Amino acid sequence: MKIEFTLNIFGKSIFIPDTIVNVYLVVIILLVLAAIVNKKVKQASADEKPSNFLNVIELAVEAVQNLVKQTMGAKHLRFAPFIFSLMAFLLFANLFGLLGFTPPTSDYSVTLTLALITFTLTQFYGLKNNGILGYLKGFTEPMAFLTPLNVIGELANPISLSFRLFGNILSGVIIMGLLYQALGLIAPIITPPLHAYFDLFSGVLQTFIFSMLTMIFIGGNLD
Amino acid sequence: MLQGITSEAFILGCSAIGAGLAMIAGIGPGIGQGNAAARAAEAVGRQPEAQADITRTMLLGQAVAETTGIYGLVIAIILLFVRPLLTAYLNLGL
Repeated sequence: MKIEFTLNIFGKSIFIPDTIVNVYLVVIILLVLAAIVNKKVKQASADEKPSNFLNVIELAVEAVQNLVKQTMGAKHLRFAPFIFSLMAFLLFANLFGLLGFTPPTSDYSVTLTLALITFTLTQFYGLKNNGILGYLKGFTEPMAFLTPLNVIGELANPISLSFRLFGNILSGVIIMGLLYQALGLIAPIITPPLHAYFDLFSGVLQTFIFSMLTMIFIGGNLD
Repeated sequence: MLQGITSEAFILGCSAIGAGLAMIAGIGPGIGQGNAAARAAEAVGRQPEAQADITRTMLLGQAVAETTGIYGLVIAIILLFVRPLLTAYLNLGL
C-alpha cells in the first residue's frame, strides 16, 4: 500500500514519499495506544491484579527500566521514558513492513533524525557534566595531536548509527522487492520465512541495537 | 566491441559492476560476526548462567562490527538506485 502526494506551497511542489506518510501513521498509532494505556492505568486500582493488557505493558516498562539500570546506572532512571518511546517508535516503524507498507526507517531522513537526537543528547550531557573547558579538553586525550581524529570519531557516531539502521531495513526491503518480482505467482509460498527474518528478526534486533547504543553513548557522557 | 552501446548504458553497466564490487566489503563483517558468535557460544558453554549478558554483549559487538559492511551496502545502493555517475555525465552536457 502506498500513499504518496505532492504538496504545492508558495509555488513550489514538494514530493512527499510514502515513507514520510508512514512515519505519521506510526506516530498516530502510538498516540492512540498511549491514550488507551493512560486511560486504563488511571481506571485500574492498585489493590486488584492488573488486566491482561496492562500486564503486558507493565512487563515492557519494567524490562526497559531494568535495561536502563544495567547500562546507564540506577540513578539515571529518568532516561527510561525516552528510551521506551524510542524503542516503541522503532519497533512499530520496523514492523510496519509486515502490514504491506514501506517501513519508515527505510528512509534515510528518519534514521538520521533519530541518530541526531542521540548525538545532540550525548553532546549536551558531555557539555553539562564536564563544563565547556573539560568538554573541549576531552578531545585532546590521550595526546594533543590526536584531536582531529577524536573529532572525526565523535562525528562518525551519528552517521554509523543512522546508516546501520537504514542499511539493515532498506536491504530487507530491496531483497523482498526483488524476490516478489522474480518469483511472481509462487512468491506467497516462499517468502513468509524470509519475512520472518528480514522484517521480524532484523527489525526487532535493530530496535534493540539502536536503543542499546543510544544508552551507551549517552551513559558514557554521564558522570 | 563497444560499438552500438550508448554512453548512458555503458555508465549504468559500470555502476552495476561497481555496486557488485562494493559488496565485497561484506566478507569482513561476515568473518568478524562469525568469530564473535563462536566466542559467545564458547562463553555460554563455560558459564551457562551468564547467557543473557553474553548474548547482549555479542549482539552489540556484532552490530558495531557490521558498520563497515553497511557502508559498502549503502555505496552499492547509491550506485544502483541514485545513479550519481549518470547524473554527473548528463550534467557534463557532452
